[in-house]
Amino acid sequence: MSENKTILDIRNLDISFKTHAGVVHAIRGVNLDLCKGETVAIVGESGSGKSVTMKAAMGLLDSNASVNSGEILYTYTNDQGVEKTVDLLKMSKKELRQHINGKRIAMVFQDPMTSLDPTMTIGKQIMESMFLHRKLSKDAAKARALELLQLVGITDAEKRFRHYPHQLSGGMRQRVVIAIALSADPDILICDEPTTALDVTIQAKILELIMDIQRKMKLSVIYITHDLGVVAKVADYVNVMYAGKIVEVGNVNEIFFEPKHPYTWGLLSAMPDMDTDDDRLYSIPGSPPNLLHEPKGDAFAARNQFAMTIDEKEEPPMFQVSRTHSAATWLLHPDAPKVEMPKELEARLARARKEVEKYL
Amino acid sequence: MAKYVCKRIGMAILTLLIITFLLFFLVRIMPGNPFPSERMSAEQIANKRAEMGLDDPILVQFVRYMSGVLRGDFGKGTSLYNGAPIKTVLSSAISNSFRIGGIAILLGTAVGLILGITAALHRGRFLDSFCTVFSILGVCVPSYVFLIFLQYNFSFRIPFFPYFFDPSRFLFSSVIPSLSLSLFTMSTIARFTRNEMVEVFDSDYVRLAESKGMYGRNLVMKHVLRNALIPIVTVLAPLVVDLLTGALVVEKIYGINGIGKLMVDAIAGEGIDYNYVLALGILYSALYIGIMLIVDLLYGVLDPRIRVSAKEGDA
Repeated sequence: MSENKTILDIRNLDISFKTHAGVVHAIRGVNLDLCKGETVAIVGESGSGKSVTMKAAMGLLDSNASVNSGEILYTYTNDQGVEKTVDLLKMSKKELRQHINGKRIAMVFQDPMTSLDPTMTIGKQIMESMFLHRKLSKDAAKARALELLQLVGITDAEKRFRHYPHQLSGGMRQRVVIAIALSADPDILICDEPTTALDVTIQAKILELIMDIQRKMKLSVIYITHDLGVVAKVADYVNVMYAGKIVEVGNVNEIFFEPKHPYTWGLLSAMPDMDTDDDRLYSIPGSPPNLLHEPKGDAFAARNQFAMTIDEKEEPPMFQVSRTHSAATWLLHPDAPKVEMPKELEARLARARKEVEKYL
Repeated sequence: MAKYVCKRIGMAILTLLIITFLLFFLVRIMPGNPFPSERMSAEQIANKRAEMGLDDPILVQFVRYMSGVLRGDFGKGTSLYNGAPIKTVLSSAISNSFRIGGIAILLGTAVGLILGITAALHRGRFLDSFCTVFSILGVCVPSYVFLIFLQYNFSFRIPFFPYFFDPSRFLFSSVIPSLSLSLFTMSTIARFTRNEMVEVFDSDYVRLAESKGMYGRNLVMKHVLRNALIPIVTVLAPLVVDLLTGALVVEKIYGINGIGKLMVDAIAGEGIDYNYVLALGILYSALYIGIMLIVDLLYGVLDPRIRVSAKEGDA
């Protein structure tokens, strides 16, 4: 994919959930690569399986989930300086907690209002993983925690250190959550919709903060989001997810300027834009399929205005468009009729490209 | 914090004063006669009323009563115990009820917590179902039914424990009543602890703690228990009052001279004993208010959100 070494490699991941209504096949063969120092975004509607994929890597799946197949290969340099590759799915929860969670892969959650323990001071919560994974002394941990608080942009760190979560605003709390994630020097940071619960003005600041820290600490970052604006700002590579599958993957330019999958077209068309004259904001018709019933053919066919007969019969494979870009749609098959993206979208993307080129 | 505590204590005292005032009037307008009227002539009753000052204006009576209460004198019974001072009778009843109730609270809370925590840790598995069944049974079976069951099996069929309460063998003879009184508390606490813990286990902050690498005992002790305990304290408080003030039926069946039995006697005797009803009413209220005060202060210790806002609000 890129020149950097692959650090996290998800292969053919397949997960289902047992519910009262039946078995929900939530993740249907997901492949994903993350290279060292890069940022990968997973985009998709609610329920498309973005979070579940990453929860599987963290060992945070609910007890009714079962991993049917696949592997999540994580490559790291262990404490002795030896490079190792492990399959996270084969590790027990205890092993994951002891060796991976927090120490090597950390996570920033969606809602900062609920993700901090209300009965513990900020400082203690930040120091916790240092004690767990880095065996720091109390003084060293405190010094490091104060340093982290400053790094995430919290002024008067000394005072905040002793505060409880309820004394902080939402944006501050998300900064604290980020500080917690960074506290044991992980390699990978998974951000599960890190800005969804925040004010728009704070959103940009938090994103910049994460990017800044990524550069400073040489982190590899995975963003889970449904906000294409966030993706455009932060990602190197984008994975578009639909109904438990990745339907298009490419670098950020390919996805934003030459999307191939009709679902990606839909997503991009649904983005509000200052220059569009339409009175109505476009939205993709229909709703995602219920994965309680295995979709036949292409899961997106029912909502796809370009769907062909084969879409209802057979699931499309990934068609390679370029070295880094591929999409799962029959439209890319050599025998398929030539279908271009909608005119309005094309015009819009051209405008956006011009806009971008101004800054290059 | 100190200011907050003082304010709360002041409020508690004021509340108690208002309740006493209301109780005093309510007792006076209660239907019935304060004296064993079948055995007394109209003239005797009239004399007795005059002697006790019941014909004075009600406010005068209240002031007289309160000045006694403030000196620790609750007066004498009007129909019970041949006019022995209430203080003496009441203190022995309190000591019986409190001791049996106290054991029941400790037992119920300790076992309830253990059951609840066990159930939550084994969520969805056999032990969880077992605890659920136990706590439903425990809530449904009235304490006196359980008492009779224990009495029949362990005092009568296997004559091990005493059949009736015996103050000279206090601990030994409180096993049966304490156990049967604790059943409800035990079940309620078990059920509540289980649900609270399961809720906390599902919370975002536990997910975050797990993503840090916390697991097992460490996770439960540091993040789950404290958060789960806060609401448990709330349900525990009224249970404590109920147990301390004695269970009417259990005390009656097991022959314990406790507060519950005294209350029944004061109302269901030959006459309604004004002074006993009043003294017991004040005792109940004082206990309730006192325990609620302790709970509120305990909240401050357990929950920083309350502690800090109290500090900020008052300082």
